Amino acid sequence: MFFWIIQRDLLLAVRRRSDVLTTLFFFVIVVSLFPLSVGPEMNLLRTMAPGIVWVAALLASMLSLGRLFSSDYSDGTLEQMLLSPQSLSILVLGKALAHWLVTGMPLVVMAPVLGIQYDLPADALFVLVVSLLLGTPVLSLIGAIGAALTLGLRGGGVLVSLLVLPLYIPVLIFGAGAVEANMAGISYDAHLSLLGAFLLVSLVLAPWAIAASLRVSLE
Amino acid sequence: MAINWYKYASPASFYTLAGKMVPFFTILAIGLLTIGLYIGFFVAPTDFQQGEAYRIIFIHVPAAWMSMFLYVVMACWAGIGLAFNTRLSSMMATAIAPTGAMFTFLALWTGSLWGKPMWGTWWVWDARLTSELILLFLYIGFMSLQAAIDDPRRADKAGAIIALVGVINIPIIYFSVQWWNTLHQGASVSVNQAPTMASVMLTGMMVMVLASWMYSIAVILKRVRIIILERESHTAWVAELRKKGAL
Repeated sequence: MFFWIIQRDLLLAVRRRSDVLTTLFFFVIVVSLFPLSVGPEMNLLRTMAPGIVWVAALLASMLSLGRLFSSDYSDGTLEQMLLSPQSLSILVLGKALAHWLVTGMPLVVMAPVLGIQYDLPADALFVLVVSLLLGTPVLSLIGAIGAALTLGLRGGGVLVSLLVLPLYIPVLIFGAGAVEANMAGISYDAHLSLLGAFLLVSLVLAPWAIAASLRVSLE
Repeated sequence: MAINWYKYASPASFYTLAGKMVPFFTILAIGLLTIGLYIGFFVAPTDFQQGEAYRIIFIHVPAAWMSMFLYVVMACWAGIGLAFNTRLSSMMATAIAPTGAMFTFLALWTGSLWGKPMWGTWWVWDARLTSELILLFLYIGFMSLQAAIDDPRRADKAGAIIALVGVINIPIIYFSVQWWNTLHQGASVSVNQAPTMASVMLTGMMVMVLASWMYSIAVILKRVRIIILERESHTAWVAELRKKGAL
């Protein structure tokens, strides 16, 4: 059932390719706006790069949260999922993972290209990719809680950002911190370990909170 | 003699109880506030390092403590409301949020007023300041989520979930910000190395903490009474109150 949900959401995403591409291009545009606003000074850009890429990743993954449950909600699929004998937590874990594969994964793939624009050295690019790989699933999992709570509300999109962005802060700190530590020549293991810890904790707790939120929103 | 607590879980009987408690806590708050401010302004000596500016701690420290404490209390009430499906607990959580947000804002505001003469800047990205700011965001998120939902029962439960997620996250956010701050070697000023305080100052501060506590209880009870009336306006007991002219 878990894999069935992932397969179904991926199939839906492939059929509606533009959704995936909009998120990705939003990410690219936000990152490309920064040099235009602060100037093309390479040393400045290199120190800012990890933060910029990470903030853009946060915003991109947040923007796509609206679509996570809304179409299933409007056509009634979500109610069927609530009624199904399988554990709702497992089902929503599948949906959150599918969301990550569709929106988080392209960001991870795209990030090195953007890093090159900012003249990041090769090993910093590697750390950037690893940190995004560990961090973006956490964003999808936490974001799904916000998406589930604001399901069907007016002004839901803005509300999601108010709810979710403060909770993203630890991921942002250690994600960008890992790359900065690498560029400063110190060990970045601690940052990556903490990101991994966030991932494990949110893998355990978030599905439960998402399921509870969905039950609240749909009763 | 055992008190029947369940009796007061009903909004109708709690409304009367809270009505009796509000004047009591208001008087306590005003009394303690007067004593605290008197000690703060007239009894406590001028600090030899910080001059008169240090007197802001008499409002700043209580506000900062209350802001964090009230979030935990709010999350507790919200959690009880979610677990036992008691309406009154969720109403308490809703009533606490604005007071908590007010204290958070007050702590930030007085902090920056103090920071200007002491550190020479209104704001530093110190770990405590940053986490207090994030706490304000969490309060605002809680309140705007509840405000966006029309059905009060759904608002209660959705608010409870976000409050509980927030309370799990607060320690994580706090330590992240602290480590981030030490990594960045940011602000060179540290709030930790406050010189030991004169006992008069400490007394004044403690009285002010108690005063803010009493103020919070009074205001929250008052607000919960209003929320009860709003939500129960269709019930018989409210109609009876209205007939008696008690409203």
